[in-house]
Amino acid sequence: MFDRDKWQEIFSTIRKNRLRTILTGFSVAWGIFMLVVLLGSGYGLENGVKREFQGDAVNYISVNSGVTSTAYKGMKPGRRIRFTNEDRDILARIDNVEKSSSRTFLFTDNNIIAYKNEYGTFDIFAISPEYRYVESLIVTSGRFLNRKDIDDYRKSVVLGRLVYEALFKNGEEAIEKYVKISGVPFKVVGVFNDPGQDRDLLRVYIPVSTAQRVFNMGNYIRNVSLMLGDAGVEQSLQVVEDVKTEMSVRHQFDPKDNRALFIFNSIQNYQQFMDLFAGIRLFIWIIGTGTIIAGIVGVSNIMMIVVKERTKEIGIRKALGATPWTIVSLILQESILITAFAGYIGLVSGVGLLELISKVLPSHDYFANPEINLNIALAATVLLVIAGAIAGYVPARKAATVKPVVALRDE
Amino acid sequence: MIKLNSINKTYYTGSNSLHVLKGVDLSIEKGELVSIMGSSGSGKSTLLNIIGMLDNYDSGDYFMNGERIYKMSEKKAAYYRNKFIGFVFQSFNLISFKNAMENVALPLYYQKVSRKKRNIKAMEYLEKMGLAEWAHHLPNELSGGQKQRLAIARALISEPKVILADEPTGALDSATSMEVMELFHEINELGITILIVTHERDIAAKTDRIIKLKDGIVDSIIANGERKKWLADQKMA
Repeated sequence: MFDRDKWQEIFSTIRKNRLRTILTGFSVAWGIFMLVVLLGSGYGLENGVKREFQGDAVNYISVNSGVTSTAYKGMKPGRRIRFTNEDRDILARIDNVEKSSSRTFLFTDNNIIAYKNEYGTFDIFAISPEYRYVESLIVTSGRFLNRKDIDDYRKSVVLGRLVYEALFKNGEEAIEKYVKISGVPFKVVGVFNDPGQDRDLLRVYIPVSTAQRVFNMGNYIRNVSLMLGDAGVEQSLQVVEDVKTEMSVRHQFDPKDNRALFIFNSIQNYQQFMDLFAGIRLFIWIIGTGTIIAGIVGVSNIMMIVVKERTKEIGIRKALGATPWTIVSLILQESILITAFAGYIGLVSGVGLLELISKVLPSHDYFANPEINLNIALAATVLLVIAGAIAGYVPARKAATVKPVVALRDE
Repeated sequence: MIKLNSINKTYYTGSNSLHVLKGVDLSIEKGELVSIMGSSGSGKSTLLNIIGMLDNYDSGDYFMNGERIYKMSEKKAAYYRNKFIGFVFQSFNLISFKNAMENVALPLYYQKVSRKKRNIKAMEYLEKMGLAEWAHHLPNELSGGQKQRLAIARALISEPKVILADEPTGALDSATSMEVMELFHEINELGITILIVTHERDIAAKTDRIIKLKDGIVDSIIANGERKKWLADQKMA
């Protein structure tokens, strides 16, 4: 392999056909370059979308009450469906549901939250503690709401990071302080962060039971979110069906009425995105390998010509005692060298372009960190060496079968 | 050294067949300097290729150094060629992008001799051929005679038992041809068997025996003593 004479010979033939070798090498380099750039961009897209998902769990089903749109059992359409705490408990009993949380919103006068002289308008979510899993949020100080907050109707509140920053100046400790929500004092028990969008951080969470009691909301809730553990798409669709059946009986609406309930199935949604990316990746690989194959054919072609031009020389070598294998390895090595070298250039420039893109372009909502991971780079390298070997195989076979007599014949 | 019993060889090209050798019997002793003559198409080059293991024969027996050579694998043939036979060709068949020393050293490369050792040995043989100062020149910078001496050095470096020369003087002027023949004589003195295919009478005249091929069989073998007479006959004809 590391035989100086062999390398010397390979380089001398490459030197002799410099332009031809460069052009063929270019087609291989281009193939790898395209593959790398396409794959990298695909990953960028995927990263961007995955980041969007990061703020929320990807295994929940959110059920919102709506307004009926069809007449049912003598009742007119346009009837508002209203969930109560009981609905949450009923839905929690559906098969495959691991946890269920309830949520409602507070619509008081402007939703003003105040601390000392600072105040602002923020979203106020009245929830049950399980809701933290839906948003997959991170409590950075203090704690999240718990069962005891619910059971004891405590006036506890958890602030989003941006809410905390708006109300508590100069890094003042918020835990154990009281903020006023529509004039009612609530004790801050925690502050949370969320890797998703900033909008999620302009929120505060209070116990649903407290909200219902303090703000006179009866036992109504707006939304029930069901956590499904590691259920698959099939199971999630079954749960959705069960929810519709259960609720249609309880609230007297047509189970086929699409407006009575608004159901968001994050499992199915996430799976659809993942399927889309798998599809994109497959597509990219097909295009990329297609381009590489074009390059391989080019290399194979040039090696064919090399063998043809060197037929006489191969004949001489055989007469002098070269075995078929030494001839085959010579051709194979040259072919692998050309593809590996050209491919490496393509790989490096592709990765370089991706690096440049991720440096220059600000990371966008749906495009972040275009990258090629080590495995892909390794796979591409292995692909190149194999490609080189394939490209060299036919010409090498041809070279090995050169008969010295024929090659040495004087024309 | 070389023994051939009724060697047959037919070439097939499509539906045509050409029976080139029709039972050649031949025996060459160790240390002989023999020439093969014949008109073109008489099969002399084919015979040389078979002796040189560059080509297979269809039937008959061929013994080289007491060993039967028949349809051997390419690898084995390569080994035998490298070990026993040195080739000299009309068109020299030097490798154009290798310098004189590297060309001479090539057979040793296939014997897996280290680069350093084979270059030392190559220089030795170049010196013997008076080509030492041309060691780092490419073949196309050398004259015809120098090229052929280079090729002979290459044939000798693996210390073969037999040297097979196919029209070695075909591309050389007569003065250079004689120099090359002198060289063959000197090599022959060292005990190496030499077989020269030629159509030039004055070249053949400098060998111990002339084997004359005609239409694929041995027409006549003229030993040293009969040579002058035969030459005279040829002149009259």
